[in-house]
Amino acid sequence: MFDLSGKCALVTGASGGIGGAIAKALHGAGATVGLSGTRVDPLEALAAELGDRAFVLPCDLSDPEAVNALPKQAIDAMGSLDILVNNAGITRDQIFMRMSDDEWQSVLDVNLTSAMRLCRGVMRPMMKSRWGRIINISSIVGATGNPGQANYAAAKAGLIGMTKSIAYEVASRGITANAVAPGFIATAMTDKLTDDQKAKINAQIPAARMGTPEEIAAAVLYLASPEAGYVTGATLHVNGGMAML
Amino acid sequence: MSDIADRVKKIVVEHLGVEEDKVTENASFIDDLGADSLDTVELVMAFEEEFGIEIPDDAAETIQTFGDAVKFISQAS
Repeated sequence: MFDLSGKCALVTGASGGIGGAIAKALHGAGATVGLSGTRVDPLEALAAELGDRAFVLPCDLSDPEAVNALPKQAIDAMGSLDILVNNAGITRDQIFMRMSDDEWQSVLDVNLTSAMRLCRGVMRPMMKSRWGRIINISSIVGATGNPGQANYAAAKAGLIGMTKSIAYEVASRGITANAVAPGFIATAMTDKLTDDQKAKINAQIPAARMGTPEEIAAAVLYLASPEAGYVTGATLHVNGGMAML
Repeated sequence: MSDIADRVKKIVVEHLGVEEDKVTENASFIDDLGADSLDTVELVMAFEEEFGIEIPDDAAETIQTFGDAVKFISQAS
């Protein structure tokens, strides 16, 4: 249904479950994809699986210079940059009383500041081509909060405010900026939970199950599509009804 | 009028959709020619492309009028 032929997309955190699914969905719709992340092996494996129109662009998002250089590397590799998906994120959970400056700062740096740098870096090419899609992957906890995740929740809420501000500024140039806020998604991270923990989580979700990475990717694909050109500044919550916002 | 001024004027006229005779030495992009802040960024990008120069952000902020632009580009190129 959604055709992204001729569009070039950069996806951060593409070595993870959700990022990989996003890259596959965009690629499947015809886009050329730049796969970014810190772990090269899974990125290479994903690129090999996708075949043509896939490029590996390793980047350490905690390194400001590397982040600032990434949009240009992506354009050099792919020819243009039309879609940016800021998906990469880290957690360093800690109860708030004990949270160190470093636990706070490292999560803000990677989850929020690197996304800001990449958004800033893609503005110029998107303004020139009068078309662009920025999709920032937030989280349900950015809206609801979560014990032990003050740093992560602050970064994810920050992404939403930033996304809305960008959306205001560049809407007249054919560029949209939106956020997707996943709830609990089954990935390698949640596989580690015990059955008991999973049951407790599922009990809080009206859909009574965790979401899949593909269900997040479908939301991203929609927002990246030409059909979503009138949707900007929105936060699309994909959470099985866990928080109806 | 110099070649640079002609080329700058052409960009301003095309980009902002204004009459050529409105683009005078002291015409302010924002106050007189109807540009918004994004238009001024795009004008600077267009100048960079046309003249093959780099205009750093702090210099771009000083380019408020048509005359400012011609002066800066004349010195830079």
